[in-house]
Amino acid sequence: MLVSLNWLKNYVDLQGLPPESLADKITKTGIEVEGIDYVAAKSTNVVVGYVESCEKHPDADKLNVCQVNVGEETLQIVCGAPNVAAGQKVVVAKPGAVLPGNFKIKKAKLRGVESNGMICSLQELGIVEKFVPKDVAEGIFVLPNDVEAGADALQLLNLDDAILELGLTPNRSDALSMLGVAYEVAAILDVDVKLPDTSVSMIEAKATDEVGLTVDAPELNPYYAAFVIKDIKVGPSPLWMRNYLIAAGIRPINNVVDITNYVLLEYGQPLHAFDFDTFGSDEIVVRRAKQNETMTTLDDQTRDLTTDHLVITNGQEPTALAGVMGGANAEVSDTTTTVLLEAAYFDPKAVRIASKHHGLRSESSARFEKGIDPNRVYAAGLRACQLLAAHANGTVLSDPVIFDRLDKSEKQVTIETTRINERLGTDMTDEEIAIILKKLGFTFEQDGEKFDVAIPTRRQDISQFEDMLEEVARIYGYDHLPYTLPQGAAQAGGLTKAQELKRFVKNYFEGAGLKEAITYSLTTTNRAQMLVSPEIKAQSVTPIRLAMPMSEEHSTLRLSILPEMLDSLAYNLARKQANLGYYEVGTVFISEEEKVTKQPKELLRAGAAVTGEWLAHPWQQEKKAADFFLIKGILEGLFDRLHVDATFEPTKIDGMHPGRTAIVKVGHTVIGFVGQVHPKLQKDFDLKDTFVFDIDLEYLIEQHENEPSFNKIPRFPTVTRDIALVVDETVSAGDIQQTIETNAGPLLKEIQVFDLYQGDRLEAGKKSLAFHLLYLDPERTLTDDEVEASYQTILTAVQDAHKAELRS
Amino acid sequence: MKERLQELQQEALDKVNEATTLEALQTIRVSYLGKKGPITEVLRGMGKLSPEERPVIGELANKVREAIANQLDNKKADLEAQALEKKLETEKIDVTLPGRPVSVGGPHLLTSIVEEIEDLFIGMGFEVREGPEVETDYYNFEALNLPKDHPARDMQDSFYITEDLLLRTHTSPVQARTMNEYKGNKPVKMICPGKVYRRDTDDATHSHQFTQVEGLYVDKDVRMSDLKGVLNQFAKQFFGEEREIRLRPSFFPFTEPSVEMDISCKVCHGEGCSVCKQTGWIEILGGGMVHPRVLEMAGYDPTVYSGFAFGMGPERIAMLKYGVDDIRHFYTNDVRFLKQYHKA
Ligand SMILES: [Zn+2]
Repeated sequence: MLVSLNWLKNYVDLQGLPPESLADKITKTGIEVEGIDYVAAKSTNVVVGYVESCEKHPDADKLNVCQVNVGEETLQIVCGAPNVAAGQKVVVAKPGAVLPGNFKIKKAKLRGVESNGMICSLQELGIVEKFVPKDVAEGIFVLPNDVEAGADALQLLNLDDAILELGLTPNRSDALSMLGVAYEVAAILDVDVKLPDTSVSMIEAKATDEVGLTVDAPELNPYYAAFVIKDIKVGPSPLWMRNYLIAAGIRPINNVVDITNYVLLEYGQPLHAFDFDTFGSDEIVVRRAKQNETMTTLDDQTRDLTTDHLVITNGQEPTALAGVMGGANAEVSDTTTTVLLEAAYFDPKAVRIASKHHGLRSESSARFEKGIDPNRVYAAGLRACQLLAAHANGTVLSDPVIFDRLDKSEKQVTIETTRINERLGTDMTDEEIAIILKKLGFTFEQDGEKFDVAIPTRRQDISQFEDMLEEVARIYGYDHLPYTLPQGAAQAGGLTKAQELKRFVKNYFEGAGLKEAITYSLTTTNRAQMLVSPEIKAQSVTPIRLAMPMSEEHSTLRLSILPEMLDSLAYNLARKQANLGYYEVGTVFISEEEKVTKQPKELLRAGAAVTGEWLAHPWQQEKKAADFFLIKGILEGLFDRLHVDATFEPTKIDGMHPGRTAIVKVGHTVIGFVGQVHPKLQKDFDLKDTFVFDIDLEYLIEQHENEPSFNKIPRFPTVTRDIALVVDETVSAGDIQQTIETNAGPLLKEIQVFDLYQGDRLEAGKKSLAFHLLYLDPERTLTDDEVEASYQTILTAVQDAHKAELRS
Repeated sequence: MKERLQELQQEALDKVNEATTLEALQTIRVSYLGKKGPITEVLRGMGKLSPEERPVIGELANKVREAIANQLDNKKADLEAQALEKKLETEKIDVTLPGRPVSVGGPHLLTSIVEEIEDLFIGMGFEVREGPEVETDYYNFEALNLPKDHPARDMQDSFYITEDLLLRTHTSPVQARTMNEYKGNKPVKMICPGKVYRRDTDDATHSHQFTQVEGLYVDKDVRMSDLKGVLNQFAKQFFGEEREIRLRPSFFPFTEPSVEMDISCKVCHGEGCSVCKQTGWIEILGGGMVHPRVLEMAGYDPTVYSGFAFGMGPERIAMLKYGVDDIRHFYTNDVRFLKQYHKA
């Protein structure tokens, strides 16, 4: 809502406050002033001039020499505007005037002819382009003839105005009118509101004799008033009205349309003017539209209607889509002489449905949708009649046609001082509350600390104690509320075990060199099905798509963190950032049903991706590219920190390198995978070799319920034996390790692979693997015999299971 | 004999002094102090001496041995020290060359901000609650006093999956769920951080996915001044002691009265500048007293319980605190962006 302060001054005394301080007060009390717009930059010494004569410059074709009466004197001014003419009232900057841009007007000679000032265009006066009416965009501005030469032109043109841009929250639709804003400002400044004069002289002839009214859908239209105004002369509206409309962001059209717009802004009551001669009948019928009925609106669009839409008709066909837009058939034109003026109350929901359905958001519909003041409908109609009489030559017929089933009563809300103070933390007295209610302009009955407040119907947003609590609080001033801390019993706040673990895991990844990424949960349907871990795939019936995505790019909920993370890597690679290590902890979304009917399963996953050089020390020619064992090592480190015994088994997953991917298992539970992205997919993303994992963090957190118990630091030494085995190259280290573990007995505490050899010194198709075997008994020193016995058992077992031979 | 011993001592000491290697010293040690050495030989001839002379010569011989041995030890220590010095000299490196880089990771800026907010409120006795990102219409809207035809639903156009399921548009449903869980008979003091989604086209100031941290405190006799006190404490701890706060009336369907909180501009300290659009204030969060209908729907009797709620956007806070100029930076994961905030 744009509020011209010059206009507002007609209803409320602004007490000479500068726009900035008024704006500050309004903002602090409840309506945010988002900006202050000055119509024109500051100018001085600008007056109205009367062009007494205008003759061609003797030496210049495009210049005119004008004698301009500016009140106490007549100035000779040379003017280059094409539209200047004798007999005009114009805007003159006298010598000594300062125009925007610090442009000082001085006496001068133009091509030998003396010029004592300048005749101005609106732009030269600093009026912002958007406020300049189209018809005067080229050339000087011509004032109406009734203004007096010598008068202050800035004031006349409303150029001394400041416009407040109000950011209205949905509840404050009462401030969608100048009067509503006036009440708000009056409450803040503790002054009275001066209502507009609505007295109209009406002729004896009755509107009810001219037009009939039937309302067939009173549930959507509880109030309808139709005024008839004859003898209309369509023309421009008065300068002050045009100024105000321009300031409010509405382009002036003609006096009839301007008046309905002016009253809409003044009262917040949308009105509609029909040309009675083209209305098509003398009977107004308000009804629901018929299914598949059509109408052509003012903008020449054909609209398909449904029974949800309310229409004004002439008994035959629609002439307006109620509250949204008029019909083309009864539009006011330059030749209109009789106006049928509608002032009505339309159901907010019905208007919202219609305006949404047709994509028509108008000043009218915006107000109806939010609920207008039922007590202003008729008054606004009267106000428009008065203005049509005054500025459009109208003759208003008496006895307007009215249908009225509208509830215009005021709601009652009871408040008590104690309860208010309890909720706000204040110590207001009964008197202070009473003063606040008076400022708000609310009538009330007081009984000690109890106030029965009658809520004015302009404030549709107030219906209960808490609403009044807010009214009292904001007029009291949020600034004046004390700072207190809750009195309730102190509670120990904190993170849950799971939340702490989540932070721990993230810190671990960061310590391991990974940077945290945050990617979008919404991805393409194609990507949603990419790189999905087998245990997720097993549960997910179908990826979850939005009903109405804005784009395919963000249409489907992810089943893996990885595809969007690969996208982030590619983004960086394209910017020459080639060495990257990312992790993300986030949710994936699993639907266990083909057609989603209930909330999906949301699982917390951890994903990571590394690519490029991991460690590099250039001047020492050291370079270590990220590889499978780097990403696996990060994962193993995590499992170690979380006391999880995980195993890795070769596996094949769509989008992953078939020979470099492992499934991760804890016992028999699959919790994710690790490996290299398939070279084909790498190419699709424009990536180099990229290694990833995706694991079930929720599972890991759940498993880690117990704090690790304290393990005594062993007092006895560890005994290490090494075993080097030659096996077929198809035998995996994991398998051998498994065999060793199952056969070694309780004294073997740890197995470490310390060598892998394949090459000339071995038979083709063979490899050698060497392990450290670490033995420990915490209670005593081990004997060589015990260790040797275990070693021999192991040797026999691996020989049996893997045809392993001791490497000599 | 006495002279011979003194001669030997002088001779040996001279040789020790002249020696330049450890090997030479060893040779001297063996040749003078060894079993076949001249001193032993002298002592062998002691039989010819008178019984009075014997102990005198014996003592002298021991002194000579001792003197030579001491001198050998001292010289050895000297030579070893010299050798070490020489070795260290050869081990010299150029300490101005760069060290071996360590691969360091770090948190995303949003995580740092969210965790800092979490920790501040934990310090004030709040717990941290999380909830689903795919929500029911009931918890996302209706339980928060936003019935189906409420005009404020326009304010938050949403991503629906079915008529009843949508990506949550705020983290407030977690508050409703927590209140439901507590069954209307114990205080709720929680914050809920998380991802939220709205039907916005991504540009410099809009993102279809963003982060929110909301808070809720419901108890008997919670006052609006408590909201002011708690938010003030938060703002001063998070943004700095010198920052002032200001509450302005606002509107949210789930609170009444509703507030918006501004903090004084860091750049101009309230004087007005381009950062704060000449107002001296910067909007930081919204909140208010929990709407009685929200309490009621969650099973709390609004005549007994009252509460406050608030919500803020970590992206916006990061943009203000660090001058980040485009919200998309938070989601493109440009490593050059991420790294800037890994520093303390
Ligand atoms: Zn500032």
